[in-house]
Amino acid sequence: MASITGRVYKFGDNINTDVIYPGKYLSITTDREEMAKHCFEAVYPEFLTNAKPGDIIVAGKNFGCGSSREQAATCLKYFGISAIIVESCARIFYRNAINLGLPVFVAANVCQKIDHHDDIEIDLETGIIKNMKTNEVIQAAK
Amino acid sequence: MTIAEKILAKASGKKKVVPNDIVMAKIDVAMSHENADVVLRSFREIGVRHVWDRDKIVILFDHRIPAESEKSAATHKRLREFVKEQGITHFYDMKEGICHQILPEFGLCRPGEVLVGTDSHTTTHGAFGTFATGIGATEMSGVWATGELWFKAPESIKITVNGSLQHHVSAKDLILHIIGMLGADGADYKAVEFCGETIHTMSIASRMVLSNLCMEMGAKVAFVLPDEKTISYVKEHTNKKFEVIVPDENAQYIKELPIDVTNLEPQIACPHAVDNVKPVKDVAGIKIHQALIGSCTNGRLEDLAVAAEIVEHKKVHPDVRLLVIPASRKVYLQAIKQGYIEIFVKAGGLVLNPGCGPCLGAHQGLLAPGEVCVATTNRNFKGRMGSPDSFVYLASPATVAFSALTGEITAPETE
Repeated sequence: MASITGRVYKFGDNINTDVIYPGKYLSITTDREEMAKHCFEAVYPEFLTNAKPGDIIVAGKNFGCGSSREQAATCLKYFGISAIIVESCARIFYRNAINLGLPVFVAANVCQKIDHHDDIEIDLETGIIKNMKTNEVIQAAK
Repeated sequence: MTIAEKILAKASGKKKVVPNDIVMAKIDVAMSHENADVVLRSFREIGVRHVWDRDKIVILFDHRIPAESEKSAATHKRLREFVKEQGITHFYDMKEGICHQILPEFGLCRPGEVLVGTDSHTTTHGAFGTFATGIGATEMSGVWATGELWFKAPESIKITVNGSLQHHVSAKDLILHIIGMLGADGADYKAVEFCGETIHTMSIASRMVLSNLCMEMGAKVAFVLPDEKTISYVKEHTNKKFEVIVPDENAQYIKELPIDVTNLEPQIACPHAVDNVKPVKDVAGIKIHQALIGSCTNGRLEDLAVAAEIVEHKKVHPDVRLLVIPASRKVYLQAIKQGYIEIFVKAGGLVLNPGCGPCLGAHQGLLAPGEVCVATTNRNFKGRMGSPDSFVYLASPATVAFSALTGEITAPETE
């Protein structure tokens, strides 16, 4: 797999892991499909109906801050999110996502260059992100 | 080298480490609470039969105790069986308390060592000069199997604090003030080192508040420079030898932040971000429904002492539920001996079993839509403690105690 293409689902800054995966579901420890049913459920419940497998999350700075709960990365992976592009990423979430095989890219000012529901393509080897709608090209950090 | 660089060099067998080096470090203590169940699934997938060192792994229950659901009961049961199967020596069932209080109580936080935990507030143990950081469950399964983990050596921020804190102004107010200045990502990936006269006069418990909350500005580790107080605390709790590591005089910092606390007022983090910090007086008068004293941040004996002194011979406001959660069984017993528990109960407070309580939104005092809680805890994210339409304010034990009496956010007298 040399590239990932998908539709963008966009968030702002400081999206914390309590928001991604609510604390009341932490008792789900092994059933990964079940975790996927609760992504963003408490604060952005529309995600579960509007997002679709294959979507790419684009967000601002400090994505995944807060609790170390690995369910926050697992739920997105098993929901079918194919990649995450952020302006910066909190360290525990970053390592959790990559350990689970959910690619995370860090790209400065990505929120200014990509909008909600744009279609984009990420080259996994070069880190080059192409906005298919505007043809704008962004280089992710290596 | 900084403390972080020196400990990583020692743990990885290198002479020198500079920021951004990737090192493979040997782990001295590996702690997991209920999420050991998530670790266990990955550990089974690796296929290793035995953990690397049954004396270096800690498993305990604090997040959902007693079990709030059948699922949690099953988690506890599975882990008790795993502990027996592997012969894990440091196992603390639900009777002991919060991980970040009981690790030091059982002598497991030692200067110069590397401690990892599947809990973000593992930074707390930097208060003992330990390189202590939170990791995910999959990484922990690797630690259980091999006893090692890779780290990117962090850049360091030095925070020097001088001056005397005013009456009813505490470590909590200081660290909220710092988080307000630096922001929720102000220390992302960084090591923090606290030093200065104010820090060295602080109790061990207060130092733990600083290291604990550095997580809320993204810090990887947060040290308090070990001193005589640190050494005597650690020696009282363990016979194991340790090496005190302090920074070199020519250590390099990416930022140096001097702070004078002489005029620092009580601080409060307003919904829904820990860096949304204001002086308490700016939001005074907001009606509250719940007041919570406890958590890995502020559930220690000195926190209960401050609150007990404030509510003694008084009554909690009739519209307020005051919840008090000692951080550990030992803290609970000391609080009983000192008479604090009786004071809380007489004032109309509800004393809960040591543990994380409602802090993370699992049970024991969740909030309804529209409700306001002022808490000594560490996170006020939208929906963290119950309804996404509730509001959590984070403050010191003194501010929470005064607010519980008046029924509204109240700034403590500082003179």
